[in-house]
Amino acid sequence: MQNETPLIFELSREGRRGYDAPDSSVQAVGPGLSPELRRKSPPRLPEVSENTVVRHYTNLSVRNHHIDRDFYPLGSCTMKYNPRVNEQIASLPGFASLHPLQPAITAQGALEVMFRLGEALKEVTGLDAVTLQPAAGAQGELTALLMFRAYLTGQGGPRRKIIIPDSAHGTNPASIRVAGYEVVELPSGGDGLLDVEALKRILDEEVAALMLTNPNTLGLFETRIEEIISLVHGIGGLVYMDGANLNAMLGICRPGEMGFDACHINLHKTFSTPHGGGGPGSGPVLVKKHLEPFLPSPVVCRHGERFELDWDRPDSIGHVHTFFGNFGVHVRALAYILSMGQEGMREISETAIVNANYLRAKLSTEFELPFGSPCMHEVVLSGDRQKARGVRTADMAKRLLDYGMHPPTVYFPLIVHEALMIEPTESESKETLDEFIEVMRQINKDSLENPDLLKTAPHTTPVRRLDEAAAARMLDIRYYKD
Amino acid sequence: MRYIPNTPDDRQAMLRDIGVSSFEDLLKPIPKSLRLSRPLNIPKGKSEQEVVATMTSLARKNLDAASFLSFLGAGSYDHYVPAAVGDLAGRSEFLTAYTPYQPEVSQGTLQVIYEFQSMICELFRMNAANASLYDGGTALAEAVMLAQSHTRRSRVLWFDSVHPHYRKVTRTLGDPLGIRFDTMPLTDGRVKDAALDSTLDVETAAVVFQYPNFFGLIEHLEPLIERVHAAGALAIVVADPLAMGVLEPPGNWDADIVVGEGQALGNPQSYGGPYLGLFAVSEKLVRRAPGRIAGITRDVDGRRGYVLTLQTREQHIRRDKATSNICTNEGLCATRATIFLSLVGPQGLREIGETCMKNCNYLRNKLSEIPGVQLLFDGLHFKEFVFRLKGDVPAFLEFMAKRDILPGIPLKRFNMGLDDALLVALTERRTADEMDRYADAVRAFLKGSPS
Ligand SMILES: Cc1ncc(COP(=O)(O)O)c(C=O)c1O
Repeated sequence: MQNETPLIFELSREGRRGYDAPDSSVQAVGPGLSPELRRKSPPRLPEVSENTVVRHYTNLSVRNHHIDRDFYPLGSCTMKYNPRVNEQIASLPGFASLHPLQPAITAQGALEVMFRLGEALKEVTGLDAVTLQPAAGAQGELTALLMFRAYLTGQGGPRRKIIIPDSAHGTNPASIRVAGYEVVELPSGGDGLLDVEALKRILDEEVAALMLTNPNTLGLFETRIEEIISLVHGIGGLVYMDGANLNAMLGICRPGEMGFDACHINLHKTFSTPHGGGGPGSGPVLVKKHLEPFLPSPVVCRHGERFELDWDRPDSIGHVHTFFGNFGVHVRALAYILSMGQEGMREISETAIVNANYLRAKLSTEFELPFGSPCMHEVVLSGDRQKARGVRTADMAKRLLDYGMHPPTVYFPLIVHEALMIEPTESESKETLDEFIEVMRQINKDSLENPDLLKTAPHTTPVRRLDEAAAARMLDIRYYKD
Repeated sequence: MRYIPNTPDDRQAMLRDIGVSSFEDLLKPIPKSLRLSRPLNIPKGKSEQEVVATMTSLARKNLDAASFLSFLGAGSYDHYVPAAVGDLAGRSEFLTAYTPYQPEVSQGTLQVIYEFQSMICELFRMNAANASLYDGGTALAEAVMLAQSHTRRSRVLWFDSVHPHYRKVTRTLGDPLGIRFDTMPLTDGRVKDAALDSTLDVETAAVVFQYPNFFGLIEHLEPLIERVHAAGALAIVVADPLAMGVLEPPGNWDADIVVGEGQALGNPQSYGGPYLGLFAVSEKLVRRAPGRIAGITRDVDGRRGYVLTLQTREQHIRRDKATSNICTNEGLCATRATIFLSLVGPQGLREIGETCMKNCNYLRNKLSEIPGVQLLFDGLHFKEFVFRLKGDVPAFLEFMAKRDILPGIPLKRFNMGLDDALLVALTERRTADEMDRYADAVRAFLKGSPS
């Protein structure tokens, strides 16, 4: 059993230093700060030497599971291999030390990166125009909804409601709210797909849009997508695709051809930017021609050999990022696209789909499979059978930690009991999947023979089960309490 | 295909186990008419070596900070990043982990978030901070939305001394929610009490100040914040975290929400992103704060551990009542900031701040001696200032560019009635020699020396 790790504040000793500021080369001139403006008591930052800092954060880092260590089948999150070379490329001084407001003529390479990435994303999605500004998927959703609002306002009124299926990711309803709309939740059909009849019943002139994830968060492709979209278009509404699951359709099918008006892409998923423990991400939005005037400004454009930023866009919804979005993520995504190329794109999705269906076929013997049809790049199972034995999905997830594997996403989508949402991605080998299958089978066996082993898991992690209720009740969210 | 392990044989075996005869069978749910029948129109895949060559040549088309002397600021700053920051944050355990949904195997990330929150609270002297938002502009937008929902009022007041891009982002996100924004006049680049008093009303949800302000001026906000509170509104301060080693923190003046851009804390400029949105609130607003928050708890053996807490505020639970949609944030940038602040400590932060101020004063002073230069906005500056010069701004920029100097950001682009002025930034990285070079070049320009 490991001991508690100290906080960096607990390692602090007055007078220790981890940084030497350079001698200021100039003499102070002019008046100093008046007493009311000068800080009276310094911020209680840690006082530690550089080697303490290095040791402390190295020790913290190893208390993480991460994709470079082992399997991370966290559904919807697309935890796949992040090419090493992308990190090197993003840190080239020619990218990393550019100022966002330096003259465009001195940043032609950066603008070209953004332009080329945008062109590739247009081709991948079959849509007409792009903004790279949104800093994450959720911001992409919001950006598109604001564009919908602007477009519909021009058509007579922004309207009031936006429909989502009950399987939608939590950011979808939240983005709807933040865009100033009401959320209308539509129950899914028994096959896990959007219930088209139910949709027909609630479509009216107050519906601004339908927001769909495709393939949906159950891992299923919305087979009747064309019909669904034409129904919404029929009442003058727009249709948005949450493209977080694009990893399933590269080179196979395209949202533009399905009829979607807009979609976002999570570059930090499909195009392999490391997740960094919670970001940064990037959520470019692609739209059809009729929405192009509303794109956030500025837009990168090309005039002959010259790349420019077009700030002068009278119908633009405005800005959604202080500068141009998460450029460092754009660089990685372009490098990845160049590496994979046209055949590689399709290979990504084909392999991701085969891998997910392989797990589906192998695990559906022991675990409930709520929906019958083949899945796309992820599969949702239910732990109902195990629950009947008194073992919950959370227990199984915790037990997986003892095997050094990260559990799948659990209890999401909300509409599947005891959900386990598994996304192996294309970067896992058959051997890894076989090992995971073995472990899952053992866990199932233990749910029959040794349930306590699961209910008390994990046993080998740096800390064991944590009391989350207590954390919310007795809020301790900063070190110095006064 | 170097990132995909399965061989054709593997695939055949797997398809057999799945029970289909070909991959195409798995695509059954996708209507045939929707399947792409041609390859994507993007170039064939390249070797690592070729990718490096292509991307390096793109990088070389840019003039980076080593190719010229930069005096550009306005929300993105050339501060020194100690080597250990990139090294530690670049460890694959931080880099390739996901959001800490399984706390038992995410204690590293969670503890870093807790330390980050603690440090941000210390810098601004606030009660709570979140795990980060996208950048300074989006952090201000979230602050304004919070003020609207907390006060149930819908008017927001601000000034040209708040970063114009932050205001644009905030308007984009605030307009659809019915928030009305009013820009109030400044006197000599700063906020005057009287102007505030005459506009504050019962509809005002919040007043936004920037500290130091967009023109680099350090204003005493305490009396202003008092007036805002007297009107029942919230005081939102956009603060530079790097200045907090020398400046009195806004929390000591009772600011309700402090937001800021954390790029200066150990993050590269990276052409504007990823940056780090800082967000801190007073006690009464904790449960309304957007984004993730890590808290301490115990495990079943009584050991200290960390979890994401206050999740009840989040979208996954409140769904149609959510007030913020932030999910992925800027975790790695926050990790860099945490390591940066640990290294520099209170003394380092103070010294960096003092050097910025000295440099700023030094160059202002030098320029003030040059006939034809007009310094705008008297008073104390932190690391930025504004000046105007006799002559054409584009010609000046060109003249300086030939000397490998980017002398500042023309304020014309911001439409604030300062079309012939430049915003100049000095960090601790600028030396006396460099500033002398700047001043000499200005003198030469004004004398009309050949370019
Ligand atoms: C289906 C789906 N939609 C939206 C999002 C939100 O993306 P982000 O976290 O980048 O904001 C995610 C991922 O978290 C997702 O899985």
